[in-house]
Amino acid sequence: MLSNIGNTLLSLNILIGISIIYFSFKNLNNNKILIGKKIYHLCLFQSTFIIICFLTLVSAFIVSDFSIITVYQNSHSLKPFLYKISGTWGNHEGSLLLWAIILTIFSFFFLFYNKYHPKNYRIYSLIIQNILILGFLFFLLFNSNPFSMVSPTPKEGLGLNPILQDPALAIHPPLLYVGFVGSSIYFSAAMASLITNYSGKLFAQSIKNWVLISWSFQTLGILAGSIWAYYELGWGGFWFWDPVENASLLPWFAMSALLHSLIVLEKRNLLYFWVIILCLLTFILSVTGTFLVRSGILNSVHTFANDPSRGLYILIFLSLMIFASVLLFFSKFKNNSYNLNSNSKETFILINNWFMIFYLITVLLGTIYPIFTEVLTDHKVSVGPPFYNAVIIPIVVIFLFFMSVGPRIKWIKNKFYNLNLLFKILIASIFINFCIIYLFQGYSLMSNFIIISALFLVFASLMDLYKSLKKQNIELPRVISHLAFGFLILFIGLNYNFSIEKDFNLKVGEKKVFENYSIEFQNLKLEDFKNYKAVIGEFNISKSDENLNQSLYPEIRIYEKPSTITYEASIRSDLLKDYYITMSNIDRSEYYNIKFQKKPFMMWIWISVIFISLGGFLRFFKNAKKYY
Amino acid sequence: MQKNIIKLSIISLILFIIGVFFIGLNKSSIYDTKDLVGQKITNIQLDHFSENRIITGEDLKKNDFTLINFWASWCAPCRDEHATLLKLNNDEKNLKILGVNFKDKKNNALKFLKDLGDPYDDIARDEFGKYSINFGIYGIPESILINKDLIIIKKFIGPISKNDYNFIKQIVRKQ
Repeated sequence: MLSNIGNTLLSLNILIGISIIYFSFKNLNNNKILIGKKIYHLCLFQSTFIIICFLTLVSAFIVSDFSIITVYQNSHSLKPFLYKISGTWGNHEGSLLLWAIILTIFSFFFLFYNKYHPKNYRIYSLIIQNILILGFLFFLLFNSNPFSMVSPTPKEGLGLNPILQDPALAIHPPLLYVGFVGSSIYFSAAMASLITNYSGKLFAQSIKNWVLISWSFQTLGILAGSIWAYYELGWGGFWFWDPVENASLLPWFAMSALLHSLIVLEKRNLLYFWVIILCLLTFILSVTGTFLVRSGILNSVHTFANDPSRGLYILIFLSLMIFASVLLFFSKFKNNSYNLNSNSKETFILINNWFMIFYLITVLLGTIYPIFTEVLTDHKVSVGPPFYNAVIIPIVVIFLFFMSVGPRIKWIKNKFYNLNLLFKILIASIFINFCIIYLFQGYSLMSNFIIISALFLVFASLMDLYKSLKKQNIELPRVISHLAFGFLILFIGLNYNFSIEKDFNLKVGEKKVFENYSIEFQNLKLEDFKNYKAVIGEFNISKSDENLNQSLYPEIRIYEKPSTITYEASIRSDLLKDYYITMSNIDRSEYYNIKFQKKPFMMWIWISVIFISLGGFLRFFKNAKKYY
Repeated sequence: MQKNIIKLSIISLILFIIGVFFIGLNKSSIYDTKDLVGQKITNIQLDHFSENRIITGEDLKKNDFTLINFWASWCAPCRDEHATLLKLNNDEKNLKILGVNFKDKKNNALKFLKDLGDPYDDIARDEFGKYSINFGIYGIPESILINKDLIIIKKFIGPISKNDYNFIKQIVRKQ
């Protein structure tokens, strides 16, 4: 039943998509200034139907309708309610439906909220967005149909992969999708802008909010994934430069570059073609990322199942998209020479862009290089953290200094009259850095640079925050994001240098003593839960030189549907530090392998990222008030 | 003219990337232990534990059978199987054992061998667990039995059991 409703709605949506394209072309040829009511109505129907279609799938998961393959393969009647719902997008088919929803809703809102822009530009955006929508709907219906039936109907489902049963992961895909699927709308808008020659300030205004909203959500989505990896994967880190994480970071770099260069386009009517490139690039990178993680070309938790036909479809879609946009771009490109003053805000924003593109290329190379060597030479290489750390970290130092100075520069032509202040801030940062070393412990030269430059950005932004609160015409959203970014790097730097990590084997009753810590393996018990069994260890951490007495309970969970073992870290977080223990069994031995970690400032890393995206949201609401 | 060259090079670069992706799609990149049986191990390159040389496939071709055993001093079950390995090394002249010391400290490894005895004909060292990936190693102990032609006969996950011991004996003596 639900399967039929879903399939009908999908097919209906394809028809609506085709008619929108048809009526849009018709509308282009008439002389009216306004877009026909019919198109609005069709778009409204399109959004409504795709949402109902998605809700149909959600309800299939809620009522555990195992006649639908997707539900059968990814759910189980005993699964907690929240994870039944999140199971909807915890698989390939369902998450593609989520793609289609975001494409559609963004298409409708873009049409609806851009009333003051020329008709042709809006209609072309709509047409291109609908071509993208159709591409995904065909993919859904004919290759990855979430409503396919299985017969006879199984009595029970196979269950959702237990490591995906986590609150952070329940919200991770929707957040991330609003981010990188949302970037489709400025891909379409950029194409439309090239076709209709609608450029300059007004074009910048029409896409600004969409860039902001997708950037903010992308930031939060990356954060949720990172939190999940920290709690669930049991490695104790929050960023591993895994190809999949990189795939979400690549569009983020492009968006961040776009976010900044749009300001130049809006204020000074410069860099139009560069903005267009970034618009196109962001969505192309999003689809490339999807291709990399879905096709099975890279192995990861996101590779739901290996089916080369999926990869092939996405690859064809991607190639068409790239060639259409590259050819259109070349046919319209005019070589303008800009006379930029080297000491002006425009130049500094361009510098930001060069940094972003540098990071983007570095991460892109590191991500696809192993594929290249394997395909071309049959040789497996792995590009890991050492590569990224070596290439990215030194550049971050310079980047942070530019980031602190950039916003203080004036448009067109700047005069430095507050050099004195910056110098004072620099001295203060260096002083605090040495205080940290003196009070706690020393660290490498590079870490010194990182912490000084991060402090520099923090202080410079705090100054701005103070001025901004006194209403001195300084943008609060920008200050918040920059300040939070400074804190982020600072806390990452401190976390990296002050973490303690220890690996050892213990059996019940034994105690491990090192430095000032003593870790006692007190007890081990077996408990039954609703959908898993758990072996729970009880550990006591104490520290000789301070009054510390913490109990931690890491678990080994044995899930039955599907049968999997997961290792759950036990983490005690407070404002300053996290204690982190994972335990894993050693076959045929009463010993357990224990990993103990102390990670300072984890909480503040998460909070900083939330504030980075908060800046984006604040700017969005401010703009929304102004223009709509 | 210059513009056309730029255009052409960008388009060919894109074509190249897409082409590589396309070929990559049809290549299986999953290392599943089950799939490794019956396959030839190519490109063996392991640092020797104490000497400054590299152990390659050529070295292993000299032996009728080789058991590649991945172990570490910190791994409790490795201790477990050690006696079996010693016995295999003593009794079976057709079989050479290559130990790969996995993510271990050199001193701890040496102490381990001193305390429990050295069953290995040769020892290689994989300090960061990088080379072991090529053998499809998930955790240790794991062992791979290969023949003269470097074809994998069987892979043992976990410590070598009594049954595994008999299996190896049977295979090796058949020759």
